[in-house]
Amino acid sequence: MEQVSTTFLASLRVQWRVIRALLMREVITRYGRENLGVLWLIVEPATFTLGVSALWTAAGMNHGSSLPIVAFAITGYSSVLMWRNTASKCNSAIHQNFNLLYHRNVQVIDVFITRIILELAGTTASFTLLSLFFIGFDFISPPVDILQVIEGWLMLAWFGASLGMLLGAATAYSELVDRIWHPTSYLLFPLSGAAFMVEWLPPPAQEVVLMLPMVHGVEMVREGFFGDTVRTHYNTGYMALVCLCMTLIGLVLVRDAGRRVEPP
Amino acid sequence: MISIENVSKTYRTRHGQRTILDRVNLKLERGRNIGILGRNGAGKSTLIRILSGAEHPTSGRIVRGMNVSWPLAFGGAFQPHLTGLDNLKFVCRIYGVDYRPKVAFVEEFTELGVYLREPVSHYSMGMSTRLAFALSMAVEFDCFLIDETMVVGDSRFHERCHTELFVKRKDRSFILVSHDPNEIRRHCESACVLHNGKIHTFPSVDEAYAFYESATV
Repeated sequence: MEQVSTTFLASLRVQWRVIRALLMREVITRYGRENLGVLWLIVEPATFTLGVSALWTAAGMNHGSSLPIVAFAITGYSSVLMWRNTASKCNSAIHQNFNLLYHRNVQVIDVFITRIILELAGTTASFTLLSLFFIGFDFISPPVDILQVIEGWLMLAWFGASLGMLLGAATAYSELVDRIWHPTSYLLFPLSGAAFMVEWLPPPAQEVVLMLPMVHGVEMVREGFFGDTVRTHYNTGYMALVCLCMTLIGLVLVRDAGRRVEPP
Repeated sequence: MISIENVSKTYRTRHGQRTILDRVNLKLERGRNIGILGRNGAGKSTLIRILSGAEHPTSGRIVRGMNVSWPLAFGGAFQPHLTGLDNLKFVCRIYGVDYRPKVAFVEEFTELGVYLREPVSHYSMGMSTRLAFALSMAVEFDCFLIDETMVVGDSRFHERCHTELFVKRKDRSFILVSHDPNEIRRHCESACVLHNGKIHTFPSVDEAYAFYESATV
């Protein structure tokens, strides 16, 4: 690694080594070794999803449709966690790993990749386990088209990752980013498609809501889950384009953030 | 070999740009060592941080042909919520070293006792300095960066650091930064002076010392 010219493969090895070390560090500092430990990674989002499902069921909000409320809540809320948690964890990533950036091999991008991997893995695990649990106990029926669910889920993961990188790098420029993100994420929640289907909205509202990329992802997941019983509106190409742009801008910002951040 | 070529560093402050290092050049061969003298605020620590890669130069470049340490005994490179032992594991993983054979040395050197398994945030200044030094010794670097002004501790700790560094590892390279000419005279074979952002190289420590005395009075 300390050769005058470093090959791409050697750099990759260093990067993987660093990310692995950071993953272990994150898991220990965030979840500790006591009680549930790393299981919190799954329990945390699962508790949220379960709570929301319970509230919605209790409130009898069946949204004027015959959709099973539990499956609706799980798909909706897990999708929100996908981008919201990743973004907020990336927002605090530089600050909380500041000291570790002192080591030459630890770069800002490693810190983001680590947090993105952890959040995506945790949310995916909780979504999968919850779905299996409810399917196993016959609360919900299995997805009609599992591949479609996975496709939508991967798109949401991409969106979450690019949003996290973009916002996380932006915090290197101004602390305002994190402050503004909190109210924004609350405002985005009701608009994100978690609690409604695009079909239920009047056409002018549909157009507005479909400008938000995550709505497309949720619709895709739900189409996979419910099949022909629902009418969905989404455009994979549009969502991919937005994610691609966000990823590119994010990567440029991350590179520049690495130069701006000066560890203690 | 490690060389810095035309390295400049400017910081943005509220009163405009401040140049701390101005087109600095320095070269160090494997197995050799050099001392850098400078007053407080001369940019010694900045130079060390740039050498270690913790900070990037504004312009110029650094070529590292050997494995360069992070600034020695610097206690800030820890994760405070992790225990001393976890920090050892983390550092070893980052530098691709097996941590297991190092535990005994770290336990012995730091004399932390049960505190090695407590979060670093509960450590005193002296404890974290001892841990920091031990961690730098756990990874066998080719070239050590030593910021003498950072090392706090009693004379016994200083002696033990000297043994580890200048006796047991005397085949390595090091760059020692200090405002104390005697430290540099004691350990270094050549010296340079950092003054007003420029580096002045001298063939002998005595000549460097003479310049340091006259330039910084």
